[in-house]
Amino acid sequence: MRDGNLLAVLIVLPFLGSLLAALMTPMARNAEAWLSGLVALAAFVVAASFYPHVTGGGVVKQTIEWIPALGLSFTLRMDGFAWMFSMLITGIGLLVVVYARYYMSPKDPVARFYAFLLAFMGAMQGLVIAGNLILLAVFWELTSVFSFLLIGYWHHNQNARDGARMALTLTGTGGLCLLVGLILIGHIVGSYDLDAVLASGDAIRSNPLYVPVLLLVLAGALTKSAQFPFHFWLPNAMAAPTPVSAYLHSATMVKAGVFLLTRFWPVLSGTPEWFNLVGIAGLATLLLGAYFAIFQQDLKGLLAYSTISHLGLITSLLSFGSPLAAVAAIFHMANHATFKASLFMAAGIIDHEAGTRDMRKLSGLFSFMPITATLAMVASAAMGGVPLLNGFLSKEMFFAEALEQHRLSLLDSAAPYIATLAGAFAVTYSARFIYTVFFGPKPVDLPQEPHEPPLLMRLPVALLVIACVVVGVIPAVSIGPFLDTAVTAVLGDRTPAYSLVVWHGFTTPLIMSMIALVAGLALYAALHRYLASSEEGAPFFRRFKGQRIFERILVTVSWRWARAVEAVVATRRLQPQVRLIVVAAILAGFWAMWGEGNLMPRLTVHGLDPVLGSLWAIGGVCAVSAAIMAKYQRLAALILMSGTGLVTCLSFVWLSAPDLAVTQLLVEIVTTVLILLGLRWLPKRDKAVAEAIDTATRLRRHRDFAIALVAGFGIAALAYFAMLTPRPPSVGDFYLKHSYAEAGGTNVVNVILVDFRGFDTMFEIVVLAIVALTVFALLRRFRPAEDNAEAPYQQREQDEFDSVRRDREVGETLKDYLLVPSIIMRWMFPVIVVLAVYLLLRGHDQPGGGFAAGIAMATGFLLQYLAGGARWVEERLRILPVRWIGVGLLTSVATGLGSLAFGYPFLTSYFQYTPIPYIGKMPTASAMLFDLGVFSLVVGATVLMLIAIAHQSLRIRARPRKPAEGEGA
Amino acid sequence: MELVIAAAIGVLSASGVWLILRPRTYQLVIGLALLSYAVNLFIFSMGRLRVNAPPVLDGSAPVDVTAYIDPVPQALVLTAIVISFATTALFLVVLIVSRGMTGTDHVDGREG
Repeated sequence: MRDGNLLAVLIVLPFLGSLLAALMTPMARNAEAWLSGLVALAAFVVAASFYPHVTGGGVVKQTIEWIPALGLSFTLRMDGFAWMFSMLITGIGLLVVVYARYYMSPKDPVARFYAFLLAFMGAMQGLVIAGNLILLAVFWELTSVFSFLLIGYWHHNQNARDGARMALTLTGTGGLCLLVGLILIGHIVGSYDLDAVLASGDAIRSNPLYVPVLLLVLAGALTKSAQFPFHFWLPNAMAAPTPVSAYLHSATMVKAGVFLLTRFWPVLSGTPEWFNLVGIAGLATLLLGAYFAIFQQDLKGLLAYSTISHLGLITSLLSFGSPLAAVAAIFHMANHATFKASLFMAAGIIDHEAGTRDMRKLSGLFSFMPITATLAMVASAAMGGVPLLNGFLSKEMFFAEALEQHRLSLLDSAAPYIATLAGAFAVTYSARFIYTVFFGPKPVDLPQEPHEPPLLMRLPVALLVIACVVVGVIPAVSIGPFLDTAVTAVLGDRTPAYSLVVWHGFTTPLIMSMIALVAGLALYAALHRYLASSEEGAPFFRRFKGQRIFERILVTVSWRWARAVEAVVATRRLQPQVRLIVVAAILAGFWAMWGEGNLMPRLTVHGLDPVLGSLWAIGGVCAVSAAIMAKYQRLAALILMSGTGLVTCLSFVWLSAPDLAVTQLLVEIVTTVLILLGLRWLPKRDKAVAEAIDTATRLRRHRDFAIALVAGFGIAALAYFAMLTPRPPSVGDFYLKHSYAEAGGTNVVNVILVDFRGFDTMFEIVVLAIVALTVFALLRRFRPAEDNAEAPYQQREQDEFDSVRRDREVGETLKDYLLVPSIIMRWMFPVIVVLAVYLLLRGHDQPGGGFAAGIAMATGFLLQYLAGGARWVEERLRILPVRWIGVGLLTSVATGLGSLAFGYPFLTSYFQYTPIPYIGKMPTASAMLFDLGVFSLVVGATVLMLIAIAHQSLRIRARPRKPAEGEGA
Repeated sequence: MELVIAAAIGVLSASGVWLILRPRTYQLVIGLALLSYAVNLFIFSMGRLRVNAPPVLDGSAPVDVTAYIDPVPQALVLTAIVISFATTALFLVVLIVSRGMTGTDHVDGREG
């Protein structure tokens, strides 16, 4: 058996190509087409090279274990059937790429187009060669997603957006159902491996879960293949560029549904449920699709409904459950892909050259584009099932199978009649396509003068049409062996004997074909006049718009019901929400503690520390006063809050947490300054003009007070009892033991942060960076409220004072403000920098570290702003906080990656003691480098936030003079 | 010692909870800051309270783990301090921007 490594190439190659295509200049049409073409060609060649290994029932497999414990692996599996699809996907993909080069307008950003197209190719390829059910579902959803992007490619067009959304909603929902179905199958079989599943058909069919599995899998397959009653998304998807329609909506994506049905045909088919569900869906789609197709005025609409009908034909064949029918189904998949892709491309050419797809306007184009017309006519004849073309062969097989008695039921007896009627309809719309567009009088008022397209645009159509003819005339030689390979892969031992010949003699199917041909032409003759000017859509049925119903449902569910539910159970007001959360938390706490009374130690005042006690008496008073004053006395509340923070900090010192104390103290400074900067933008609130308090408000306050009290008591009790319970063995002991021995640091807290749990710290600093950037972004377009727009009252008063005094200039008082302290602050800068460096360097062994050092450094910058004002600082010192953040992130990630280079896991640290002259032995651990990254990031983030807020005052005042300036802070 | 810290956590939480139930954004910011003190103290206290036992080793093996306070809660709180600073900053800016956009400092963006 062949080494399967090349299988991954089939998937990786298109995705890689997609990435490259996306990176190119948007308008590089030729480069994009060359790239995509080469990728498709390479994938085609690779896929083709598998043929010798899959013929005769061979299977090529490649497995990369992912989570073996859960049965998840990245298994790729190519058999004959998947091979046939791979050839269609890459082959038609190649033709579509060539075609699209000429179809897309120079104004279209083709980079996006080709990137999506290639990514879709990769997803589709993955879908057909996935060897694991979950992997299959993943690729299934990926095709839905890329199809969404491709349908919505012209996103300025409302129809494209609607069509894309509808396709995604339907196929995405179907995909979710499919996923559940596949998980159920995996549950029944005990493995997600496709081979194991295919080998346990009996177990699945006899399982009580069979019906749910079948329903869920069908929900996926029928939505994807646009089967009744989910067919309506496909005509709406015609808003996509025509190459997309030719590729996705004829040859590949919609085939995914029938591909899946065929894949699981050996496992799921043969039961009455299968026959009835699939059969009804298939026959209904076959008939309705063909009927609707007759009445379309849009060329692509006609083709879309025809596609639906042909997919219905395939589904019907699969429903019969007989091996011969399966052969016919597989054969028709290939045939339909060839003639329908060519027809879509032809329709695109007509649209491109004549400027319209409306069949009421198109007429007599044969004389303008004879070659294209001939090609389209041949393909159209194949679609209608005319002998000597490939469509005829598989349709005859279908007729023959429809005649067979499969399962005694009304549906089975009706099948031949439905088949013949649908066949007649197919002849009608095919004839209509040919006659209306290419014959009749010369067209009047077309948007542009039609002519033949460039040769290369026509070439893909020509190649596909040649394939139709060759297969139609000499089927056994041309497609026979390949079909046999595909069929054997699906049916295995059950592969029936069948003959691919054009002439079977005067059989019933042939007579049915003749009836269909004559009746179809007669029907067209009868309808000809009506169709020339009728509305879009079939009479009577055009009132039932699937799209309308779909949108009605969507609006009802996502808007009306959601609003109704919201009105009952939800609120948009913050306070009730917070209240609910708090109450829920309190209840959860009590629930957990309920009945654990015997665990609680007795409350004692023994060992009450008087100093700590009085410290917290101050802290508690500060906290409560802050709570009371936060409404009217903001500044006082801020100062009181800082008081509490200071007491917290002192407690940390007291209770053996020097690192926390240092960090808390520094953070306290920065927080206070930050909030001070923000105070200016808040509205004035005067206690004297406080609004009258009504009873409801008073009640609400009492209730909130009670909640706060209960919460406080609860958490205090919880903390108290937890603290008095002996400490269970902690992971901390491990860190204590190994901190010095293995990480070379004596400050265990710091070692935990930068070494043992370095990964956590890395994400912590990422959070910090994100917050800083968010703050920056939020303030970029900040507009203050009207009453805050002018300079603050104090400043105006100072300026007024200056203007009255003759010896002073305006602004001088402001400049002299805090003159002596500000000079001291300026001189403090180097001192603080040294302190920060000191904190950073000693962090590994003594209290300190990157966080504390970073904030200390930021405080240094901050003091300069306080001392000199933003302008003064920025004239002298260019701080680029975003760079600091970037450097910090890169340093810490690079440190982590560094250990990979030495063959250790990510973020493994290394240390040694390096002697430094005059200073002595310095601990140098790679963790220090990591800490340096933390330091740099913390500096950047803190400074970025502070400067962003501080700059608002500048911007507002600068605006009247220089409106252009001041966007970035 | 435990009683004091537990009472402190209780008072801080009660003040914080009261404030986050208030309608003005500034009250919310102060309330969240007070709550974060309480939560930090709470997490810290889960390592049990010890005096004169900082987790700073003297560099001579072997280590007697009973001589030191549990370092893990401290490491957790250290990052929590920095992160709560970040969230306070974020809330403050959201407050300012919302005030600029809606003209009010009510938490719902409109009075009433």
